[in-house]
Amino acid sequence: MRRFTPLRPDPRALLARANPVAKLSAAAILMAVLFLASGPITPALILAGIVASVPLTGLGLGTLLLRTWPLLVAAFMVGVLNVVLAPAVAGGPNLETGLGLGLRLLGIALSGVLALASTDPTDLADSLQQQARLSPRLAVGVLAAVRMLPILATEWQLLSMARRARGISAGWSPLLAARLAFGKLLALLVGAVRRATRLALAMDARGFGGASGRTIARPQRMRLADWGLVLAAIALAAAALGIGSALRG
Amino acid sequence: MLLGASGSGKSTLLFGLAGLLEGGESEGELRVDGLEPRAARDRTGIVFQDPESSLVMGRAGDEVAFGLENRCVPVAEIWPRVDQALEAVGFPYGRDRPTDALSGGEQQRLGLAAALALRPGLLLLDEPTANLDPDGARLVREAVGRLAAGGGLTMLLVEHRVAEAVDLVDRLIVLEAGGGVIADGPPAEVFAARGDELAAAGIWVPDHPLPIPVPHPRNEPAVELTADQVGYRFPRDGSLAVGPIDLALRSSEALAIVGPNGSGKTTLALLLGGLLRPSAGTVLGPDGQPIWRMPADRLAGSIGSVFQDPEHQFLMGSVRDELTLAPLQKRVDAALVSHRATELMERLHLSALAEANPFTLSGGEKRRLSVATALVGEPRTLILDEPTFGQDRRTAVELLDLLARQRDGGSAVCFVTHDLPFAAALADRTLELAR
Repeated sequence: MRRFTPLRPDPRALLARANPVAKLSAAAILMAVLFLASGPITPALILAGIVASVPLTGLGLGTLLLRTWPLLVAAFMVGVLNVVLAPAVAGGPNLETGLGLGLRLLGIALSGVLALASTDPTDLADSLQQQARLSPRLAVGVLAAVRMLPILATEWQLLSMARRARGISAGWSPLLAARLAFGKLLALLVGAVRRATRLALAMDARGFGGASGRTIARPQRMRLADWGLVLAAIALAAAALGIGSALRG
Repeated sequence: MLLGASGSGKSTLLFGLAGLLEGGESEGELRVDGLEPRAARDRTGIVFQDPESSLVMGRAGDEVAFGLENRCVPVAEIWPRVDQALEAVGFPYGRDRPTDALSGGEQQRLGLAAALALRPGLLLLDEPTANLDPDGARLVREAVGRLAAGGGLTMLLVEHRVAEAVDLVDRLIVLEAGGGVIADGPPAEVFAARGDELAAAGIWVPDHPLPIPVPHPRNEPAVELTADQVGYRFPRDGSLAVGPIDLALRSSEALAIVGPNGSGKTTLALLLGGLLRPSAGTVLGPDGQPIWRMPADRLAGSIGSVFQDPEHQFLMGSVRDELTLAPLQKRVDAALVSHRATELMERLHLSALAEANPFTLSGGEKRRLSVATALVGEPRTLILDEPTFGQDRRTAVELLDLLARQRDGGSAVCFVTHDLPFAAALADRTLELAR
């Protein structure tokens, strides 16, 4: 549940200051290429580019590793499993496919994590409204939902303890454990809906969703550096694709 | 100030004035400045009871700016108005302060600033201090008092705890549970004329203290739970939530735990209830074993815990099923279980509701049922978190009587509370935690 609390990047770092929509676009470009690429070389080059950008995000390497290690393990396992198991169909163990798949997964996950973790949720919502022309209802709604996640995590713990206090435990029965978890999930959902209704009312009371649009107190712009970021992502993708296909002959 | 027993529709009236009621049927007419409340929405501001679910943004300044953005205030005007509103409520931090790092009292003053920045003519306050500790509540009341003294603003306040807030208001309106107005006038006159009657109807009235329960002869106290240097750190950042604390809970004795928000009262209650594994020290049960290791069914027969929010503890579709669930799981004889449930429902005035869904009960009924679910295992220790939170005076008097009986009958009763008069009426000892 700790994974839900937002990271706080160093606000002076280059990528932490970049426009959120520019960051998301750059990540999306890399993700698309990783999704389509084949062989290990293209993903490896893109991944190298992503890793090289980590110091620019202002996120501590330690905290980043702490949060993302399950991803690293998962990508590694997918790679290994593909080398060991899958090739029976395709004719013999294939190190290249396994390696390629692992690297692609890792690259897709890491680019998304970096783009989101180095972005303040408020800046993201502002930028989504201004640069991506997303409706305020959606952008502010997402922001409010992100703020609720840690509250839901606390609520889940309380529900678990309340069940123990009532003398209810699953013991060793997986069936009972599933039923208990389902009950807790339902209670969590009911609570979340009620909370969301109250929040919607509070937003309504302050004129949110009025017909006349709204001003924005924190202007977000696409600066030269932000266009540069998007261009850099395109260049990296193109170079990786080019080198990848050249080496494959 | 609007007063009334639970269910008299105080909050509904407030929401109606704010133009926030939708659906349902309405009779008669509601006008704000001669307009339909919905059309007059930019002349009213409202502050809600629960700050946690009424803050929208992640930073304090943005929260105040949010309403101004929605009203299309030009960007150049927004930030000066934000600063002005924050200053008017005595907000102690800058605009960049994260809203989730604020205490309840600070969040509520921020909510007040957010409403104020829109320069309303009518400010509606729905129990703004109900969720706060005494210090936080005092600061919010002081901010409201300064606004009232500033003039030019009509304020309508709904409050449960009247005594502290009554000095802020010039006029008191008492609503009747079935509809209609019981009294309307200056507070002193209304209380002098109808104080007893209002107190009996469940309204908190100044100078009507809770009746001290008649004490029954009690046995010599014996130690039930021992806390030995017990403490808890948040796994998130390793900061200390509570402790280390040495403490003994004794039978036939009531202990009140008090202290400001964030001093770890609830965490201590969870540790004493065997629900949370201590990160330092230990809590030992009557058998000398750490209680957090006790299996759940044995724990419920030894320590009963009542949570602040009763709904956290409801699992079944009817009141009767709630009270038979745990003992039936332990394979106690069904006839005995049913008999015990019937008896408990009678004692806690829940018999008429036996088949009702727990989630549909009123606040007072939910509280009584959550206490009943803790008593069903006949535990020797009872631990309650804010039992009188949000309750009217009548439920508080009932709880006082019930818990005093439990104590006199030989149970150890331990309760966390902000409600100092309630603590004074019940507790033999008080433990005060500091932040």
